[in-house]
Amino acid sequence: MGEVKVLGMWASPFSLRVEWALKLKGVEYEFANEDLLNNNKSAELLRYNPVYKKVPVLVHGGHPVAESLVIIEYIDEVWKDGPAFLPTDPYERAQARFWARFTEDKILPGIFGVYSRAGEEQKKAAEELKENLKTFGGALKGKKLFGGETIGYVDIVAGWLAYWIPMIEEIAGVRIVEELPEIRAWFDKFLVVEAVKQCLPPREKLYDLNRKRRENLLATQGGHP
Amino acid sequence: MAAASEVPDHGVVLLDFWPSMFGIRARIALAEKGVEYEYRSENLANKSPALLRLNPVHKKIPVLVHDGRPVCESLIIVQYIDETWAGPGRPAFLPSDPYARARARFWADFVDKKIFDIGSRLWKTKGETQQQAKQEFVEAMKLLEGELGDKPYFGGENFGYMDIALVAFSCWFHTYETHADFSMEAEWPKLMAWVKRCQERESVSKSLPDPVKVLGFVGVLKKKYGIE
Repeated sequence: MGEVKVLGMWASPFSLRVEWALKLKGVEYEFANEDLLNNNKSAELLRYNPVYKKVPVLVHGGHPVAESLVIIEYIDEVWKDGPAFLPTDPYERAQARFWARFTEDKILPGIFGVYSRAGEEQKKAAEELKENLKTFGGALKGKKLFGGETIGYVDIVAGWLAYWIPMIEEIAGVRIVEELPEIRAWFDKFLVVEAVKQCLPPREKLYDLNRKRRENLLATQGGHP
Repeated sequence: MAAASEVPDHGVVLLDFWPSMFGIRARIALAEKGVEYEYRSENLANKSPALLRLNPVHKKIPVLVHDGRPVCESLIIVQYIDETWAGPGRPAFLPSDPYARARARFWADFVDKKIFDIGSRLWKTKGETQQQAKQEFVEAMKLLEGELGDKPYFGGENFGYMDIALVAFSCWFHTYETHADFSMEAEWPKLMAWVKRCQERESVSKSLPDPVKVLGFVGVLKKKYGIE
């Protein structure tokens, strides 16, 4: 079928999603960490993703696939033996795609807003983020995971929040999910999944990196961490 | 006529707004599959109770309502249409090969990430900001022409998902080139040949509004927002 390689970065949630998807399907892959902290992108990355020059890129039998959401659907369609990420019913599939896009278009920028700001601006970003997370939590409709009893497409796309949000709450000094019990319950259910646990970046290392990064971001704005 | 807050239990309704490229995508997709539907025009300054109820998260058009259930976000709608009205006699928008499908999704996503935003800046801004937008537009068109290559369609021999995603913007090209002072035909002849080819399909020609009307609409918008 062809060798599988992931061009990724250990601290990137987008890269992590792809690893989760592969692990869930039981696919063996080689992980190549890109030296993004030093802005030292490999020749391979530039060749395989000339449009965006970003991670993650999945290289399957020498053929590159870029953009994490596209990659996850690709993985789902190629490795049919493993658990299906998307449901079979077209309406349910549309719902899953909708909520995956929601996390990218609404929640992700909100996370960055809280993380990269301080004071009033941060407060505003946090309020909006909480609203969006509440909406997102509502989409669970009392299920254990977005995929139901097992991990599905939306869980794979949004699951990084379970690991990142508690860390950002600490680093940015802001409570985000304190009043969102359904979100916190989903975090817990997601993080105990074996395939998820296997790829998580080391917590302290990630914490350190993100703490430093926030300091740098605020310094360039002239704010306080 | 149905009340503004109601949609029928059976059948297909499209909540839309005539110049919206996103709505156009849905129109093309439905026409390609030969689906009969009720077209409902939304006044975006005064959104109907149906729209607010059926797309509470974004409150945007297009919304496809099928047997009373809403599907939102244009590319998601197009995929839903592809998957729901499938089978013999109905052209598939996405090919069967996973790699080709990934490629189509990647480029449709590129259109979503780039063209609306850059295009908006072409007519909304002036000076340095507009110059920057112009540069970005040129880069994007170059990449798209590169991806099209010598194929008749982005989908290869067959009109497909990526073609639908981009051709919906073609009625806005006249607006973009008028404001940015370039000629799409002169700069990107291959792309414009592709546009003409797509417009030979009834699904496309019947779904695209007159580019001159779109330019007129933008003129009205500009007055409203106080843009010169």
